[in-house]
Amino acid sequence: MTDLILILIGTVLVNNFVLVRFLGLCPFMGVSKNIEAAAGMSMATAFVLTLSSAASYLLHEYVLLPLQLEYLRTIAFILVIAASVQFTELMVRRLSPLLDQVLGIFIPLIATNCAVLGVAILNVQEAKGFVQSVFFGFGAALGFALVLIMFAAIRERLDASDVPLSFRGTAIALMTAGIMSLAFMGFSGMARM
Amino acid sequence: MTDKVSIAILVITSLAIVAGLLLSFAGRQFPANADDLIEQVNALLPQTQCAQCGYPGCRPYAAAVVRQEAEINLCPPGGQSTADNLASLLGRRELPLSSANEYTQTKRVAIIDEPLCIGCTKCRDACPVDAIVGAHQYMHTVIAVECTGCELCLPPCPVDCISLVPVA
Repeated sequence: MTDLILILIGTVLVNNFVLVRFLGLCPFMGVSKNIEAAAGMSMATAFVLTLSSAASYLLHEYVLLPLQLEYLRTIAFILVIAASVQFTELMVRRLSPLLDQVLGIFIPLIATNCAVLGVAILNVQEAKGFVQSVFFGFGAALGFALVLIMFAAIRERLDASDVPLSFRGTAIALMTAGIMSLAFMGFSGMARM
Repeated sequence: MTDKVSIAILVITSLAIVAGLLLSFAGRQFPANADDLIEQVNALLPQTQCAQCGYPGCRPYAAAVVRQEAEINLCPPGGQSTADNLASLLGRRELPLSSANEYTQTKRVAIIDEPLCIGCTKCRDACPVDAIVGAHQYMHTVIAVECTGCELCLPPCPVDCISLVPVA
């Protein structure tokens, strides 16, 4: 139990996928213009991350390892991730057409979110068990959601503030992300994974 | 060696097939909902965004039709054929084009009182079906066959030189 809580704290704060490992920066920059879209994106990504880390663990443990096909894991994981993203898109389209319109192309793009593949591969590399893998994926998703929503909130405020002309737009967003990343470095050493 | 390669190919292929089957099964289990119906209805509408139906544009009207809040015969630019197409798409009773608003009883088109026109291009920009031609500082005119009689060109005209006349 402690071990699962440690995994959650570790992935959400200490080794946050976006701000410490620098994975998944594309949606971090792309879908952070307003909070609603960011929250929707976080939920969709959380679903995909948890689903795909479970599926890729099972695939690796029960198909690739017995057949000695570990070298195929990147391709196999990408396949699993693509399928779970398609499934998520199906569900989003059915459950929330409005969210589907807001997120648009960014839902299929979860498939290219490197955090998703990163979680699957880290799970295998660090030889975690099934439950730990799922929690690792879920923690990564929580961390992604936390950072994305915080960043979206900051960007909404930045829109209303008087930014020097040459820093407007992406420039100030990137600097904000850098400062957030520095802040998250403060958590390093709090929990070991 | 060949064994290993063929196993690898087999595994990846069957993975892809399984994923594809699962997805197509899921697609059938969770079929397209009302939203896709809205898209289909929207595709039948003329996209003039003239708002004569009482909704802000074609898509809101399509949404209202799908939610059964609006009748299918409120679209004057689409005419009777659009109403009939909507009836067959949605399986509803065919209705004559609504006579609730007067202009649908007789089709009307805009006409520009040409001597008064100052060539400001404002009505041209407002026209949803590009039925007004004319360049800046030159007299404009209406292509009568393209005009849907939506009246969107009336408010922008600074000299009020546009009027709607019934088609003979």
